[in-house]
Amino acid sequence: MATQEVTMRVWRGDASGGAFKEYRLPIGEGMVVLDVIHAIQATQANDLAVRWNCKAGKCGSCSAEINGKPRLMCMTRMNTFKPGETITVAPIKSFPLIRDLVTDVSFNFEKAKTIPPLRLKPKEADGTRRMFQEDIDRAQEFHKCIECFLCQNVCHVIRDHEDNKKHFAGPRFFVRLAALEMHPLDTNDRKQFIKEKAGLGFCNITKCCTEVCPENIHITDNSIIPLKERLVDEFYDPLAWLFRKIGGK
Amino acid sequence: MEKNSLTIDEVRTLRQDLWWVEPLLVVVVLGSFVVYTTWAALQNAYYYAAPYLSPFYSPCLSTNCAHVSLPLIGSWWNLSPAILILWIPAGFRATCYYYRKAYYRSFFGAPPACAVRDIARNYTGETRFPFVLQNMHRYFFWLASLVVVFLWWDAILAFRFPDGFGVGIGTLVLLVNAFLLSLYSFSCHSCRHMCGGHLDTFHDSPAKYRIWEAVSRLNEHHMLYAWISLIWVALTDLYVRLLSMGVISDVRLI
Ligand code: SF4
Ligand code: SF4
Ligand code: FES
Ligand code: FES
Repeated sequence: MATQEVTMRVWRGDASGGAFKEYRLPIGEGMVVLDVIHAIQATQANDLAVRWNCKAGKCGSCSAEINGKPRLMCMTRMNTFKPGETITVAPIKSFPLIRDLVTDVSFNFEKAKTIPPLRLKPKEADGTRRMFQEDIDRAQEFHKCIECFLCQNVCHVIRDHEDNKKHFAGPRFFVRLAALEMHPLDTNDRKQFIKEKAGLGFCNITKCCTEVCPENIHITDNSIIPLKERLVDEFYDPLAWLFRKIGGK
Repeated sequence: MEKNSLTIDEVRTLRQDLWWVEPLLVVVVLGSFVVYTTWAALQNAYYYAAPYLSPFYSPCLSTNCAHVSLPLIGSWWNLSPAILILWIPAGFRATCYYYRKAYYRSFFGAPPACAVRDIARNYTGETRFPFVLQNMHRYFFWLASLVVVFLWWDAILAFRFPDGFGVGIGTLVLLVNAFLLSLYSFSCHSCRHMCGGHLDTFHDSPAKYRIWEAVSRLNEHHMLYAWISLIWVALTDLYVRLLSMGVISDVRLI
């Protein structure tokens, strides 16, 4: 097995400041970036802070920016880099830094709390509720979300404009809202919320969320744009409004 | 360690790949298209080479047209007839969800590429005028669909030569043009919504569900259709233009 030397530039620091620090170390075959970070932690920097859990791309803990691209460290294989290339690992940028590669993502948990929950239709006469596969297909894509918040991190609406955090929920929550709005048994109406509180209009559908999603959820095409169209029905389309009035809905 | 002590916030991006290539390509291709189309639309000449009508002038609505599709506007209209019609496809593409992504990134730098800092300091997205008007996209969809019907009509007329039925290279060019523009129009996100996406349950609307599924499949390739139909429509105009100017001559296949 060929071992190979790599140079890693890892961000070290906390909210008060920091810098990239270079580490050179040998790596083995089949390693991912998270393995290399662990190797640095074990041999050269015992105090390096990194968050992880599953090493299988399913817990969503190990989000970072590798050579400037938001990715899961455990799903980024070392053999995807050119030999000799210096690999930069930085914490995700959009959330407050705690230390080294660890950020405080509680913004997302606060946003999650504001989302109007599922309100189920009454049961049918035989005491059950029925769902059909074709009705729930769309939401099943959205349920793949592992809450890595890479989409939240890359979204320029908050990444580059901190002040938008107040009135913008972010792509992860548009996925959640779409799952709820398209739910066949839901009766809650979140359109006003989506427009006013979740700030869907701030999204300019530039698709970076979709590009970084490790679960390959078509965030923009399947959740954001359909939600935008539903808001058009409700708020921006005078003809749809007229039809609703005539139809008595 | 000095050379590495760059704080994260100071840099526009930590990306090391050629992230600027894509926005640059969009600026070049889309920019050239807009320049060519504007020029061609203002020519008010060389847009008809029997039996082919340039798609930039179709439907030709003024009685002054070299080939009238529908005489809606009297002969008082002495500007280019392309102006009467071109705002429809222009508005359709300008408000298209895909092109929005393309030009917000390339022309506005909001963002230039993923994880590359926005060029402008302030950002309100599509919440304010003029960008809130993007919500009118579905109206352009309906109008553009009408135009597509005329383009198929033009493609049918392109089989009708002075000596009867025939097929020339131009016939094929016009047919492909109508086909590509149909693919682009009917893979539209607003179309997908109106065909069935607005429903929360599909099992009780099987016909809508099937249409929605078909449009969804087309929709996955919307970006591809956007580009090839854009390039082809310009080439179609160029072909008719060069024919009509006598620079090239059509080849009759049948
Ligand atoms: S598509 Fe919208 S939500 Fe997704 S990253 Fe871009 S601006 Fe943010
Ligand atoms: S939608 Fe994708 S990128 Fe966003 S949090 Fe979920 S899994 Fe991560
Ligand atoms: S450690 Fe769980 S996703 Fe990477
Ligand atoms: S034409 Fe592109 S989304 Fe409608």
